Amino acid sequence: MDEVLRIENLHKRFGDLEVLKGINLSVEKGETVVILGASGSGKSTLLRCLNFLEIPTEGRIHLEGREIGAIRPGFNGKPRIVYREAELAKLRAKVGMVFQQFNLFPHMTAEQNVMIAPMKIRGKSSAEARDLAIRNLEKVDLVDKAKEYPSRLSGGQQQRVAIARALAMEPTVMLFDEATSALDPELVGEVLLTIRKLSEEGMTMLVVTHELGFAYNVAHHVVFLHDGLIHEDGPPDQVLRQPCKARTREFLKGHLLFQLPNSPL
Amino acid sequence: MNYEWDFLVVFRHFDFLLQGAVGTLKLAGMSMTIALPLGLMLAIVRILRVPVLSLLSVIYIDLFRASASLILIFWFFFAFPILIHVDFGPFTAASLALGLQAAAYLAEVYRSGILSIGRGQWDAARALGMGYLLAMRYVILPQAIRRVVPVIFTRLVDLLKTTSLAAAISYDELVHHAQRLSSDTFRPIETFTVVALMFFVTIFTCSQLTRRLERHLARSD
Amino acid sequence: MSEWDFSFLLRRYHVILDGLYGTLALAAVTLAVSLLLGIIAGMGRTSRSATLRAAATCYVEFFRNIPALVQVFWFFYVFPILTGIQENPFISAATALSFYSGAFFAEIYRSGIQSIERSQWDAGKALGFGYFRTMRYVVLPPAIKRMIPALTNQSIEVVKLTTVASTIAYHELLYQGQLLSQTEFRPLESYTVVAAILIGILVLLSYGSTRLERRLARSE
Repeated sequence: MDEVLRIENLHKRFGDLEVLKGINLSVEKGETVVILGASGSGKSTLLRCLNFLEIPTEGRIHLEGREIGAIRPGFNGKPRIVYREAELAKLRAKVGMVFQQFNLFPHMTAEQNVMIAPMKIRGKSSAEARDLAIRNLEKVDLVDKAKEYPSRLSGGQQQRVAIARALAMEPTVMLFDEATSALDPELVGEVLLTIRKLSEEGMTMLVVTHELGFAYNVAHHVVFLHDGLIHEDGPPDQVLRQPCKARTREFLKGHLLFQLPNSPL
Repeated sequence: MNYEWDFLVVFRHFDFLLQGAVGTLKLAGMSMTIALPLGLMLAIVRILRVPVLSLLSVIYIDLFRASASLILIFWFFFAFPILIHVDFGPFTAASLALGLQAAAYLAEVYRSGILSIGRGQWDAARALGMGYLLAMRYVILPQAIRRVVPVIFTRLVDLLKTTSLAAAISYDELVHHAQRLSSDTFRPIETFTVVALMFFVTIFTCSQLTRRLERHLARSD
Repeated sequence: MSEWDFSFLLRRYHVILDGLYGTLALAAVTLAVSLLLGIIAGMGRTSRSATLRAAATCYVEFFRNIPALVQVFWFFYVFPILTGIQENPFISAATALSFYSGAFFAEIYRSGIQSIERSQWDAGKALGFGYFRTMRYVVLPPAIKRMIPALTNQSIEVVKLTTVASTIAYHELLYQGQLLSQTEFRPLESYTVVAAILIGILVLLSYGSTRLERRLARSE
């Protein structure tokens, strides 16, 4: 199996505050990795570093075997990494991201939201882009809403359009940043089902979520992030049922306080 | 008050006043034509934080916003031609003065519109692989401009009032025609009363329409 | 390009100073009167009496929507008829500009008062305050704080408006600039100096008002 994403010693500082303190992670093709952690543990920052919406302070990221950024001699002997915006933009076209707040473009219909990037970045004609959009909207089960504006769609529908929008760029990796946290509970299911479908179809993805049931059923491995570092990394059965570290246990305890009987967790 | 009012004289020459009104509209139109694109460029340059240009943009904006319109009109009519060795008439001078000033006001309007677009929109655009320019063009600006349209209309209505100042350099607009008419008929009070009412009706109606537009846009958001 | 020649200013600087004095005098008087008019009209706009509201609205809408220059001319011509005194540029300009600015100050007052949430009025009433006490202790203090930026802006506009008085030969900066330009045949320098002085004053005023706003914001 080949490695799609490799993160080496990733640090991210915001001024004096160090949010990521040395992340090492490897993701194989077709894997679904779920990232768990408390607020402030750095989960979102980690994802945002992966598509360089935030620039890492230290560390390297490799996508499909290629190192991102170039090493240049630094100021005090230490080499520094220089990222060119053009290279980053190309990378972002290969890494899809779905946001907690959906961030659909309100002045475009669902269809147009999905079409715009393939048209303007991959240079597709508007007919090709429309076909692509319809196919991706079919994947998320929303073809009938293609001509609607986001304001007329429910939260769950908007998020699924956002997923279709990211998919239309045919990404190598998909990043889901708490994709269901802003949704009304009844709408969470439809989005999780969509994400699971993608996982089953072999998409490589990193999913930040609080949905432990989803993690248990869909992830290939689960990562627990605490205070900027990975505390635990393993198959869902192990991390969620028999975690090694105390901190993981504490975190899970809080999340599993009220369970329906016969729940797997 | 033993003054004999005579409005009929003014109404007999009403079409002369209307010609002046056309001049007002022409000047307002030309100034807006200069200001709309120029203001957008100034706003974008300012936001981009380009080393020298952004500072120049800020200076331009602050300078023109701090200036009195009439002084600008006089300066562009009397002083500027000497500086660049080109002669031009009142229309050009007034259009330049008012257009360049309106651009400064509009730059601030555009800027606040652009800054009001949440970061999530930028994130989404960049996450799809769009660079700064693409994101601005297809995602940010369309939304920002929609938001500030009512304010732009308000500025346009304001401009209609300001064009009256061009009468001071004898540009052929409504107030200038009023001056000529009143010296011809020796009826300045009646003339200016009628002209005042003409302005009132036009500008009041336009600002009411703008308010309605604002409410309509707010509803469909 | 040897067109710039400011030497005549050494001889004639007093012309500029007279203009500066004229500008400041007109601005001060206009500001004082228009603030007063604005408060009165503003109270009318927010009054509980429908008649007062209607009257105030008529005043505000009428004087806001007519260009200042037209009002200045109108008062200039009407003034001798009304009072029998000779045409007086200062009084005509001060009156016209005061009515004009007063309308804007009235709107500032009105929007400041109306920006106070209903719940504050309710709280005042619940405490047993009548209309006037509620205004005095609950509504006016925060309302005035909110009005400050708009008030300073409008005051700066008043200074700009004084230039309009030059059209009826009132001796403020722009008029003096015209005078110099015509007598010394140096339009470029004359108008540039006058523009620079006026813009200088306005820039100083606007920085001053920004700092004032910041200090007041801190005290919140």
